[in-house]
Amino acid sequence: MSPETRAMQDDEATGPAVFWLLDGEALWKRKEGPAGAACASCHGAGSMKGVAVRYPKIASGRVVNLEQQINVCRTERQKAPPWAYESRELLAVTAYVARESRGMPIRIEWNEATAPFLKAGREAFNRRQGQLNLSCAQCHDDNWGKRLAGSVIPQAHPTGYPIYRLEWEALGSLERRLRNCMVGVRAEPTTYGAQELVELELFLMWRARGMRLETPAVRP
Amino acid sequence: MARVVVNVPASAKRGEVIEIRTLAGHAMETGFRRTQTGELIPRDIITLLVCTYNGVEVFRAELHPAMAANPLISFTTVATESGTLEFKWTGDNGYAATQSASITVV
Amino acid sequence: MTARITTRRQFLTLVSGALVAGGAAAQLEPNIQALRAAALEAAIRKITGGKPVRAGKVKLQVPPLVDNGNTVPLSVSVQSPMTAADHVAAIHVLTEKNPQPYVVSAYLGPRAGRASITTRARIADTGKVIAIAQLSDGSLWSDTVAVVVTLSACLEDGLI
Repeated sequence: MSPETRAMQDDEATGPAVFWLLDGEALWKRKEGPAGAACASCHGAGSMKGVAVRYPKIASGRVVNLEQQINVCRTERQKAPPWAYESRELLAVTAYVARESRGMPIRIEWNEATAPFLKAGREAFNRRQGQLNLSCAQCHDDNWGKRLAGSVIPQAHPTGYPIYRLEWEALGSLERRLRNCMVGVRAEPTTYGAQELVELELFLMWRARGMRLETPAVRP
Repeated sequence: MARVVVNVPASAKRGEVIEIRTLAGHAMETGFRRTQTGELIPRDIITLLVCTYNGVEVFRAELHPAMAANPLISFTTVATESGTLEFKWTGDNGYAATQSASITVV
Repeated sequence: MTARITTRRQFLTLVSGALVAGGAAAQLEPNIQALRAAALEAAIRKITGGKPVRAGKVKLQVPPLVDNGNTVPLSVSVQSPMTAADHVAAIHVLTEKNPQPYVVSAYLGPRAGRASITTRARIADTGKVIAIAQLSDGSLWSDTVAVVVTLSACLEDGLI
């Protein structure tokens, strides 16, 4: 990531992710469902601080990412229809919530509850896949820092999701980026929200533990 | 709902050169892209940004398809007097957006 | 008469050799490249009215290797007192390899205080970015930067 891209990320007032944050704020306050409850009705000001750095989390024996938790609140608490994955609304609210944790260290622990999911995620990370038969580890553990077709291979720590990816010219989730990687190695991309994908997200966030959240980040 | 953001300092000293940053939420479809089946996606861009300071034009920019999506334009102006800066964006397909910002000049 | 090219393999080697030698440098078909170069020249001529443009006074800042051609931060600043008698009237930014040459044209004046603009451009391919400043006295100044643009890694469409 070049200094110019980082400058775009640091420019909070006119960085490219600003519109999603503004939309997120508006949606956070919008009354939904038959009870007319907004997110803000239950979650007071400042209550989202420190939340995003603990996601994905384990709930009822499943691993759940932030987007899914937002939809759980929508369907179960607000009695409103869930937002589609990668919809503008879901991205905006996810970005708004995660932004509250910007600058805080990522806190995913390897413990009894998370162990089975982390093991599965780690296996996925190390598994070769696709027609190119490459695993995540081969690029992002073994060859980070080297170049792949002009771009520098990063260590692949998801510290800033949802990100404004310059390639997309829009905000997008970690799942979207992981699916891009799968297409990159010519593998069938996993469906949005599938447990295997969220397990991988959990592993990646655990792998990035201690690093500071940069949401919304700008990436090439 | 046209979304725009302007960043103007709330106050400045008379004669000071201030930086103004503007951002418009717009896909800036170039007109050069094609769909999967080969059809040309028609152009849809912002074409003009005009800034007036208490009614006097102080800056104008003509935008072309080579401007990135969600176009940022930053420029400078002299803080001459207290008042209002008005920003107006216009573009293809009747796109129009306005924003204003007040400034106190001491 | 004995045939020089006796096998299909020899023929193909001959033809592909010629293509590689001629084609390696050009990234586009020759006529598209010529059309774009002509469009750039026409755009510059429209701005300058045929008057000479000198290098200098203008500073165009663009990263020499861009992270992504979709969004390239660039800024142009011009040395000028920005008085009523001596100021920058307009700054034009153009590219060499885009499908059309113009990026942005900014119209300033003495109320700008400084001749300086910042924006984000789309640059389709490795080539030159040119900034031309028109001064109040009619003179024209420019700066040119060569920019390298590469494809992002891991795209969605799965096409290289």
